[in-house]
Amino acid sequence: MLRDEDRIFTNLYGYQSFGLDAARKRGDWDNTKALIAQGKEWIIEQVKESGLRGRGGAGFSTGMKWSFMPKNVTDKPVYLVINADEGEPGTCKDRDILRHDPHKLIEGCLIAGFAIGASACYIYIRGEFYNEGSNVQRAIDEAYKAGLIGKNACGTGYDYDIYIHRGAGAYICGEETALIESIEGKKGQPRNKPPFPAQAGLYSCPTTVNNVESIAVVPTILRRGAAWFAGLGRPKNTGTKLFCISGHVNKPCNVEEEMGIPLKELIEKHAGGVRGGWDNLLAIIPGGSSVPLLPKSICDTVLMDFDSLRDVRSGLGTAAVIVMDKSTDVVKAIARLSQFYAHESCGQCTPCREGTGWMNRIMQRMVTGNARVEEIDMLLEVTKQIEGHTICALGDAAAWPIQGLFRHFRPEVERRILDYRNAAKSLAAE
Amino acid sequence: MSAPAHDPAKEPASFAFTPENLERAKSIIAKYPAGKQASACMPLLDLAQRQNDGWLPRVAMDAVADLLGMPRIRVYEVATFYTMYNKTPVGKHVIQVCTTTPCWLRGSDDIVHTCERKLGIGVGETTADGQFTLREVECSGACVNAPVVQIGDDYYEDVSPEHMETIIDALKGGEIPKHGSQIGRQSSEPVGGPTTLKAFTTTAD
Repeated sequence: MLRDEDRIFTNLYGYQSFGLDAARKRGDWDNTKALIAQGKEWIIEQVKESGLRGRGGAGFSTGMKWSFMPKNVTDKPVYLVINADEGEPGTCKDRDILRHDPHKLIEGCLIAGFAIGASACYIYIRGEFYNEGSNVQRAIDEAYKAGLIGKNACGTGYDYDIYIHRGAGAYICGEETALIESIEGKKGQPRNKPPFPAQAGLYSCPTTVNNVESIAVVPTILRRGAAWFAGLGRPKNTGTKLFCISGHVNKPCNVEEEMGIPLKELIEKHAGGVRGGWDNLLAIIPGGSSVPLLPKSICDTVLMDFDSLRDVRSGLGTAAVIVMDKSTDVVKAIARLSQFYAHESCGQCTPCREGTGWMNRIMQRMVTGNARVEEIDMLLEVTKQIEGHTICALGDAAAWPIQGLFRHFRPEVERRILDYRNAAKSLAAE
Repeated sequence: MSAPAHDPAKEPASFAFTPENLERAKSIIAKYPAGKQASACMPLLDLAQRQNDGWLPRVAMDAVADLLGMPRIRVYEVATFYTMYNKTPVGKHVIQVCTTTPCWLRGSDDIVHTCERKLGIGVGETTADGQFTLREVECSGACVNAPVVQIGDDYYEDVSPEHMETIIDALKGGEIPKHGSQIGRQSSEPVGGPTTLKAFTTTAD
């Protein structure tokens, strides 16, 4: 188990104040000037060496992403945008950073912004997180007042502004180009790439979009050294990670743990175990609603990191662990996700707009068994027609949970279909 | 996507920001670069909605468009795309029950049924006295405290049907019950106390 000394988010649960004085006592804003004085290249190199991979779901190297930003841009502004539009079902980790440790995020925004040459930062917070956004705004106000951001931030000579922009209820705005559109005051519909945001992002200016957790860990990585972070977890899957454990566990919770912790250990140590014991486990969605579920046999041994979960044809995603015990109607659990994606499709690409609705309607019939067995393969064929054929990954995200369901629970659906047909036949015979 | 639900019969004749809100609007616009004032569209729609008893009539969208120098259709597009903009009048208390899978696994259906029975309305409806609107919503993003119910700006977490009845009774009596966990959790730590960071559980700072 990770030692408390190696935990970054020491106020994860908000027992202490989120304000500046308390944050300073926890080590935030401690000589930030000296970190910035090391220079852009040093910061980017340290973050690369730490092995930090983006915490928003895709797991791309954060330092690498920063290095894609054009150097020495003088003719237009450069922006850092923070994706705090947390809404992936199962995921509620950024919420705790926003409401309990906002100064970690703000300090990270300053350092990351400096590293990519940004003049300003927008933190895009989902609209429903009203109170969380207010805490961030209060922390920003404190940071301005203390000279930590704004003109001559931390006495470095670097001018840097941070603003929050609140969303208004649209899951798709968690997609980085939809998020940029939304800040520009438009519908949140993803843009075609290229151009990537690093070339033409917010207001057509070079932009980096990072997840809250990715940025909030950066100051600690720089203080404690890339080697410290890289020494936790496994190669290419380094550091600590916030896990959200929801569903059928005795004690649902958020917890910061080492990357690569066995799934079973994570649940038993921190979440009080599966309701009714480990043997009562049916399946787990290990990384938020977009990743395929895993049956108990895989959950017994799998490690919680990017590569281990990819190897079992799922993913770490946002590290949101949704646990389902044997009482669960697993078809309905996945059908409910299909309903979610149908609701959240932005309507721009035909395969996703039509496909998510179509998949949802078929899935709702699969719940009761009111379908034909051949329709299972037809449904899987449709998921393949959607996957990879849309501008953004929402279509993929809608397809994967269904593929995962049939990969591991196909006999259950077939049984329902047969039961339904037999019931209909015996009714007709009466 | 949120479907437009414009109802001409309930439409007020006009809308204007109050002087205080106009000042707020100006400071919101100042957060964005010169010439990029369209970025203020979303926060201004929110401001207008808060001023107008929680919903956005067409005239309010027009006021935002005119203030920002945007074509009105662009503002209608935004107002109808995002679910938090209410295009028809809503009750004083908007009860939004999250029913996505993590909340569903923890019994959100029972919470919806409790609300329906207690309020005598179905999902999507408003009580005749205009006090309550009931909605089902997609993932509220507080899954380790499921089931989650958002009322106004506040999250009520770890909600049981009994809690839901108590909350509704309190609202009916003109009180705003305490939000957050209804079973005494500090926030997202395991029930009974954290398994980590025990040295940080003191509130002294």
